[in-house]
Amino acid sequence: MISPIVYVALATILFFLGGAGFLFRRNVLVSLMSIEIMLNATNLALVAFNRLHTDSHTGQMLTFFVIAVAAAEVAVGLAIVISFFRIKRSVRTDEADLLRN
Amino acid sequence: MSTDIWLGWTYFILCALFALVGALATISSANPIRGAMGLLMMILSIAGLYLSLHAQFLAAIQLIVYAGAIVVLFLFVIMLLGPSAQAPSDSRARFPRAIGAGLFLLLGAGVVSWLVMLGQHISKETARLAAAGTWKPATVPSDFGGIDAFGKELFTKTLVPFELSSALLLVAVIGAIAVARSKHGDGAEKALPTAAALTEATPKEEASV
Repeated sequence: MISPIVYVALATILFFLGGAGFLFRRNVLVSLMSIEIMLNATNLALVAFNRLHTDSHTGQMLTFFVIAVAAAEVAVGLAIVISFFRIKRSVRTDEADLLRN
Repeated sequence: MSTDIWLGWTYFILCALFALVGALATISSANPIRGAMGLLMMILSIAGLYLSLHAQFLAAIQLIVYAGAIVVLFLFVIMLLGPSAQAPSDSRARFPRAIGAGLFLLLGAGVVSWLVMLGQHISKETARLAAAGTWKPATVPSDFGGIDAFGKELFTKTLVPFELSSALLLVAVIGAIAVARSKHGDGAEKALPTAAALTEATPKEEASV
């Protein structure tokens, strides 16, 4: 069995890649996908930790709910993207200045 | 036994490599369709990693919900937006953003190196304890991560969060409809890019590719 800490290291790399993509990219679709990468990385870490305590499914259960919340988040996020595109004709995050006076 | 370990490591390294390449493709590709394909690649390899962690049910859920619903939703929106889903590249404020992302990656490198040190410490300790006979690896129940054991726990210990998540999904669906709906009733032809906008945008996209 591969030590779960190897999985956690991989999850950390994926999480920081996703975060860097979120910080660097200005396409709002790519930003949403970067958030998905970060959520997937945390899910992987949770499942890896659950492998150490096999008497319950707590980590896997939390992963299940994270997946449900991610689905809801993507649905609302993409609706906001479409609504934003309708107003600004753009998907760039720096054009989202509707609240600036 | 050693071939088992070797096969396990080969499987892990293949999945990890595909996940990293997929994540890199997602955050670095100019074309969002390619980004969505990279995301799909990463999701599939993480489902493979779930399988190696005795989480069969979650691997199936990952395939159904992420690969089957979320990536398809992304592709649907990208294709709805048409060529304008690919924002023209703009070098304004590129430097501060690169500094921010670079610092974040540096923090990540620090965390990973700390994890490597922790892993070395853990493997040393477990080897010492196993030699002393006070430690043995965790045994996995045969139904661990399967749909039977998972479902039993889901509908007993976490029944309330499960019901609340159904309410959350319902609210999200209603909210998505309310947000994405046009205010003028029939905004369908306004929402889709017109033929003139398409022909105007296509040469620009070709030039940027």
